[in-house]
Amino acid sequence: MTRELWKGNEAIAEAAVRAGLEAYFGYPITPQTEILEYLSRRMPELGRTFVQAESELGAINMVYGAACAGVRVMSTSSSPGVSLMMEGLSYIAGTEVPAVLVNVMRGGPGLGNIAPAQSDYNQAVHGGGHGDYRNIVLAPASVQEAIDLTALSFDLAETYRTICMVVLDGSIGQMMEPARMPEMRPVQRAHWEWATDGRMGKRERRVLTSIYLDPIQEEKTNLRLLTRWKNVQRNEVRYKEYFLDDAKYVIIGFGTAGRVALSAVRHAREQGIKVGLLRPITVSPFPVEVIEDLVGRVDGFLVTEMNSGQMLDDVQRAVRGRAPVEFYGRVGGVIPMPEEIMREIHRMVSEPLSVESDPRGEWHERMLGMR
Amino acid sequence: MITPALNNIVSSRSKGFTEIPTHYCPGCTHGVAHRLVAEVLEEMNIIDKTIGVAPVGCAVFAYNYFDTDFVEAPHGRAPAMATGIKRVLPDRIVFTYQGDGDLASIGIGEIVHAAARGENLTVIFINNANYGMTGGQMAPTTLPGMKTTSSPRGRDVETQGFPIRTAEMLSTLGGVGYCVRRSLHDSKNIRLAKKAIRLAFETQARELGFAMVELLSTCPTNWDMTPAESLKFVEEKMVPAFPLGDFKVSEAIKQVKV
Repeated sequence: MTRELWKGNEAIAEAAVRAGLEAYFGYPITPQTEILEYLSRRMPELGRTFVQAESELGAINMVYGAACAGVRVMSTSSSPGVSLMMEGLSYIAGTEVPAVLVNVMRGGPGLGNIAPAQSDYNQAVHGGGHGDYRNIVLAPASVQEAIDLTALSFDLAETYRTICMVVLDGSIGQMMEPARMPEMRPVQRAHWEWATDGRMGKRERRVLTSIYLDPIQEEKTNLRLLTRWKNVQRNEVRYKEYFLDDAKYVIIGFGTAGRVALSAVRHAREQGIKVGLLRPITVSPFPVEVIEDLVGRVDGFLVTEMNSGQMLDDVQRAVRGRAPVEFYGRVGGVIPMPEEIMREIHRMVSEPLSVESDPRGEWHERMLGMR
Repeated sequence: MITPALNNIVSSRSKGFTEIPTHYCPGCTHGVAHRLVAEVLEEMNIIDKTIGVAPVGCAVFAYNYFDTDFVEAPHGRAPAMATGIKRVLPDRIVFTYQGDGDLASIGIGEIVHAAARGENLTVIFINNANYGMTGGQMAPTTLPGMKTTSSPRGRDVETQGFPIRTAEMLSTLGGVGYCVRRSLHDSKNIRLAKKAIRLAFETQARELGFAMVELLSTCPTNWDMTPAESLKFVEEKMVPAFPLGDFKVSEAIKQVKV
């Protein structure tokens, strides 16, 4: 396949189609609406299911129904819409059916704005809906990666009977880049042994539910979810590393923040500063082991995000006070510039770093001082 | 000596049922409604291709009682979940079974839009004028002046609004093929209810759009009445507030004889 110019949102839509998406249910919200619009044309021409739902509540519960029927199904939304979907996501998790959800994140909280942000990290990675469950969360940093990870998300969701979220910010959704689209995969119904697709003279009836009135049964269900999650952690950690071999300083950032940081890292290397970048692809499961390997051979970490340090907590949990961790973020829909990351790199190189620091608190003070 | 005529069975469990005893309170008409649905599924020979969607409320465990595939929806979301199933499995029969808190309150958006889209679904709507499962709170269908645990001095329409007549409201929508209200307070009305349920499934089988049967039902436990008093309450108080009738019946369904 040659490279073509694709807009991020439309690329995600086409990648899902080519991965065998059989049903899509969505609701308009900026900055992801092009996915809905693209699929409103594309799905019917292939004889597949497209419904514009009455709300995100409707959309996620249509996804839930189609997932129970055993088909490849997806919804997409942006931050406020994903908040509305949390009820359905919890039910999907509790029922152990596979579903894919793309969140093209925007600035918040509340109605916020439609500018690029990463402030739904905690919602995606550490819960969101009620109850004890975990999502696989993939974080692309380019249109090509958005294509590849969207295609992958269906396989992951089905392998582990779980929710797979693809989280990106509005800038990746809206920008155009050259990218290679995968070949069209045929739609093949898997005929799962759990799907409620009608007995059809072949089997006993099946029930899919997330209610276990007996706490012992609910505990068993929770433990089963955790067992599955441990397999996810063992098998599915993905990340990209840049210049880590001899790095004395390591920046950790996902999605667009990681991409911006790479520009700064390249510039710093030209200045002879030994800095590298770790860009988690799976922010959940989080790449703990690679951080474990870096602890002890680096002088410090810099976490950079387009939020106030949500992934920072996961990095600190991995580092466990054994190396200095610094933080730099922009919030509310502001994208950090490479020069800002450069300034942080220079600060790390020139200032004494301490494992006792309070990276979020000190960053907050610096931000207030800049205003 | 009298020999019991064991080979002369006049009534038996419908094949649409499993052998699990229901959890419903004595005197509640959920059991009657379940039985009518099960008989219709059996008579239409569609048990095998039917997928039910249970609500949140007293009927949350409906999935235990019907011998069909079943899923359990979040509160009020059954029509959306059913839409997801039916759109990807259009040759199956999909029905929701919902109460008034589920359908007419928290799920009013989902039911209105499923009806407006003309989803080929069958909806069995149990109206017993209160939230049964949580212990008898005021529902959108609670009658003016009716006492519940959350309207202890009786529903005051000045502050708590008026009952929603769901069947009439949905019947205005273009996607609706069949929309009626029946009652379960006596055997004549139960027979009429069964015929309506049959036609609601026939509507789906013929792809004539959204079909709903609203069933006026009893709740002796939360109404603090005997079963007999409850049936009388339905007849004397609920039927005048929620008139029985056909609010929309598509021309094609009018021709169907059952």
